[in-house]
Amino acid sequence: MDRFEYIEARLFEGENYLKRDKNVKIYDGDDKTQFVDGEVVLTTHRILWGKPGDIPKGLVCLSLHLYYIFCMEEESGGMFGLGGPKRIILHLGPTIPGKRPGPAVVSPYHFIKFSFKDGIDNAFYKALSEAVAAKAWERTQQLSTSSNLPASNSTPKPSVTPINSKIRSGIVGIERSIEEQHRATDQSISVAFQDLKKLMEKAKEMVTVSKTISSKIREKQGDISEDDTVRFKSYLMSLGIDDPVTRDTFRSDSDYYMGLAQQISDMMVAVLIDCGGIMSLADVWCRVNRARGLELISPEDLLNACKLLQNVDSPMSLRKFPSGACVLQLNSNRDEEIAKATSQLLEENGFLTPVKLSQIANVSVLLARERLFTTESLGLACRDESIEGLAFYPNMFLTKA
Amino acid sequence: MAEISWPWQYNFPPFFTIQPHSETRSKQLEAWQQLISEYLKVTKQSTVDIRETQNSPLFNNASINRKLSSESLLTILEDMAKAGKAAPVDKSKNVWEVYWHSLDEWGNMIYSWASCNGLNNSVCTLFELREGDNTVGEEFHGLDMNILVKALKTLEVKGKCELMEFDESQGVKFF
Repeated sequence: MDRFEYIEARLFEGENYLKRDKNVKIYDGDDKTQFVDGEVVLTTHRILWGKPGDIPKGLVCLSLHLYYIFCMEEESGGMFGLGGPKRIILHLGPTIPGKRPGPAVVSPYHFIKFSFKDGIDNAFYKALSEAVAAKAWERTQQLSTSSNLPASNSTPKPSVTPINSKIRSGIVGIERSIEEQHRATDQSISVAFQDLKKLMEKAKEMVTVSKTISSKIREKQGDISEDDTVRFKSYLMSLGIDDPVTRDTFRSDSDYYMGLAQQISDMMVAVLIDCGGIMSLADVWCRVNRARGLELISPEDLLNACKLLQNVDSPMSLRKFPSGACVLQLNSNRDEEIAKATSQLLEENGFLTPVKLSQIANVSVLLARERLFTTESLGLACRDESIEGLAFYPNMFLTKA
Repeated sequence: MAEISWPWQYNFPPFFTIQPHSETRSKQLEAWQQLISEYLKVTKQSTVDIRETQNSPLFNNASINRKLSSESLLTILEDMAKAGKAAPVDKSKNVWEVYWHSLDEWGNMIYSWASCNGLNNSVCTLFELREGDNTVGEEFHGLDMNILVKALKTLEVKGKCELMEFDESQGVKFF
């Protein structure tokens, strides 16, 4: 009887209500006590006993922490075991120092019994044994001490049962349930961001949460300020979660990229005409950033913007060669013309390597290679691979004989 | 050894690289096929070992410093096999027989020689066929034994001869 505490009937942070039952009597060991005809309420952390109506009102009641319980059994009441089990016997561990005062300072017994006048509810018994096994108090401690949930945590996550707000009625009850929801959201967020895998699972939830939050802000409700919204959204964006369900980090109608595409298009037309209508993406990036001066763009931004060039009716487009090289090419620039020009050069020079062609045609080596490959694929050149490197000859296989 | 006149492709460096472009490639493989057959005919050889590409001037043109790699040669031979002009001797595909005439053609050639020389209904050893004085002028003189036997087998199927063995040598009877 000395493991009980007197305390007001309120749930701790992280503690959840599980079950209740009525017409319960407490036995200290085998002795009867004054605590008869009461209600018991089972939570994830404790079992509370109080006179009927006391617990819902939040008045003082008896509370026993579940961590004292190391064993439980059922006992049938009555003389001859008639009528099924009526009592739950809880074997308790020693008192932990720092316990609040309770109905007894010392007790000769190390077990107590809860006697149910109406018989033991199987669901109640099961819930109690699960709550004891789940050790929810240990989990909450770990969550609060470290931000990294260790993977070796073997206890399974107890399913969070929805708060039964019937336990408190009135405004207080409603407020409490809202608070509980917020706490659950909070916990969800912290769990989600602890592990990238979990994040992916939770990503959908996160999106809905973020949407609700942002809609709340719009309606000027809730207690989150404007700055926080913007910051929150920017965090989500930086994580790449815009719409994680489709796994696109970039929406095709994003204004920023459209604007950027327009700007690039305007800027690069003159440049492209200057250097032959085609330029590798790396060179484009350098030129664009140099022109912008202060507000530089990242390579990803450039790539995404270039993908939208068709949408802004640009005279140029992004092109990816089979070898993987990406270039920006004027639409008026045709493969056949390039091939013809290159094969002309081949005839004049007998054979060409990419390096030599880049010198003659005044283009980068990467582009010279692509030109030669294009010419080859149109049958106007043939390749010669040897230890001296790659060279191209006019395609005499098709022209001769 | 009779002189072989190298075709223009032999001195064209790209000839020694298998071309990726399909049209070019088919022309190239055709040219190789002809060259290999021609060369083997002239040198009276019937087999090609793909591991020996370094050694043969057929596959190694020192003057332009280009040689055909073993994989490329394998590609060429496999292409020839599809046309029935070559066949691997064993599963390892290292040694290939090349039929610059098809087996049927060989068979017919031998049979017509046999008929011209009045050897119908008589027996002749394979040694005689290959290395006898009578056959010096013939194309099949000095033909690889395996190919000779295969050629005669095609004739056998047509019922124009019969292969037989006596003592230590093989012989053939023409009908």
